[in-house]
Amino acid sequence: MNDATCSPDIEIPFDHQQSAHCESGAISALLRHGGLPISEPMAFGIAAGMTFAYLPFVKFGGLPLFAYRMPPGQVIRGLTRRLGIRMHTETFKQPAAGMQALDRQLAQGRVVGIQTSAYWLTYFPPDMRFHFNAHNLVVYGKRGSDYLISDPVIDIRVECNENDLKKARFTRGVMAPHGRLYYPLSIPEQPDMTRAIVKSIRFTTGMMLRTPLPILGVHGIRTVARKINRLNPDATHYNKLLLGHIVRMQEEIGTGGAGFRFLYASFLQEAADLLDRPGLAAIARDLTEVGDEWRRFALHAAKMCKDRMPMDYPLLASQLRQCAESEAAIYRSLRAEVK
Amino acid sequence: MKKEDVPQHDAKAFMGHSKVLYAEDAEGRYVKEPCSGWEAEEIVLEQAIAEFDQRAADAWERARRGTGSALEYHMYRERMDVLLLAQSTGYFKWRVRRHLRSGAFAALPAARRERYAEALGKPADELDTLPDRP
Repeated sequence: MNDATCSPDIEIPFDHQQSAHCESGAISALLRHGGLPISEPMAFGIAAGMTFAYLPFVKFGGLPLFAYRMPPGQVIRGLTRRLGIRMHTETFKQPAAGMQALDRQLAQGRVVGIQTSAYWLTYFPPDMRFHFNAHNLVVYGKRGSDYLISDPVIDIRVECNENDLKKARFTRGVMAPHGRLYYPLSIPEQPDMTRAIVKSIRFTTGMMLRTPLPILGVHGIRTVARKINRLNPDATHYNKLLLGHIVRMQEEIGTGGAGFRFLYASFLQEAADLLDRPGLAAIARDLTEVGDEWRRFALHAAKMCKDRMPMDYPLLASQLRQCAESEAAIYRSLRAEVK
Repeated sequence: MKKEDVPQHDAKAFMGHSKVLYAEDAEGRYVKEPCSGWEAEEIVLEQAIAEFDQRAADAWERARRGTGSALEYHMYRERMDVLLLAQSTGYFKWRVRRHLRSGAFAALPAARRERYAEALGKPADELDTLPDRP
């Protein structure tokens, strides 16, 4: 029995809002708590979180990695850097030290973000639990041996036992959280949003259009289209796993729909009002249409996996190529817009 | 996507929870809209889980016949594969593969068995035994 268990209950008033994505949800909630009103799409957009990457050399369950967003940690890093926010971030070698540090922060009345594995969080529905080490959530209190948690992707407030949370915070492996704990140290009163938005749009469009390797950005989407077209029609089981995997990365892993495209369109719409540039709102509408095409691609691919539709690789490939071409046009006009 | 087009398919896996999608309201403004499930997502989620279940069932069968190990069964049961288990224990893949052979895990020293117990979230003794059915 450690003394943490005997400490009095703590509950820090915190406004729980469900968001689409864990990292942008956690950081925007922490900033709102710290007095900077910022929406999830704005946080995600300024962080330049959207991308496309096909990494055949990174394997998950024997399948290559398809990413629709920047690597974990980049949302928090990109956002805080562009807005001039100073963050406190800590990792721990010893799990016990990590848990004590969390208790200490809560005792001081501080709400903190932590990185965990999604698999060991007991409040997740069992079918949604997979080994993903870069989940983010906010802890706002402790009652007995249970932590009070505002998990950005869950619709309600949840609780997690300290032993389970310890396991989730200290899993080993790729992107191991090492108990990572963070909170904003200082937030500027009036951050220069215009500059941050313009810079982030330049970054995102540059990454999507001007990449040296054909596995990133718009080139990456074309490469995947070509790969799908060339799948060996006899290896149906593998092909279905691959397509299912793409759809899961696009839709299921908290993306707000269409692999973050809707989230980014929402950011552009908000930016259009903030900067008074209606051009951005028009581009947001185009991006919404591309998002709809991504969703149609996902539905077709899923139905083909389940044999509710005949397997048609050329159809899926042509849908992806269309997404790539439309996105290329969108990023070019976005670049012109923020010149 | 329009707000009213956000699918509400009451996915079993969500267990009554819902997630958030971003969709346009009647004026074309983006809003957060809860989604209780979507056919496409349900299919691919079921597929991913069924794949682990199938691998676990095959491993269970092999362990029963004595050509595989209970450890391999538990690995798939906890939604891992050799690569992930190697990363979570800190052992090389070839070493994990060796430990997955029949009888190899039982012969390991307690400290190494503990590494597996930690990674799989189960007591080491349980990793030696098979349940009555997969």
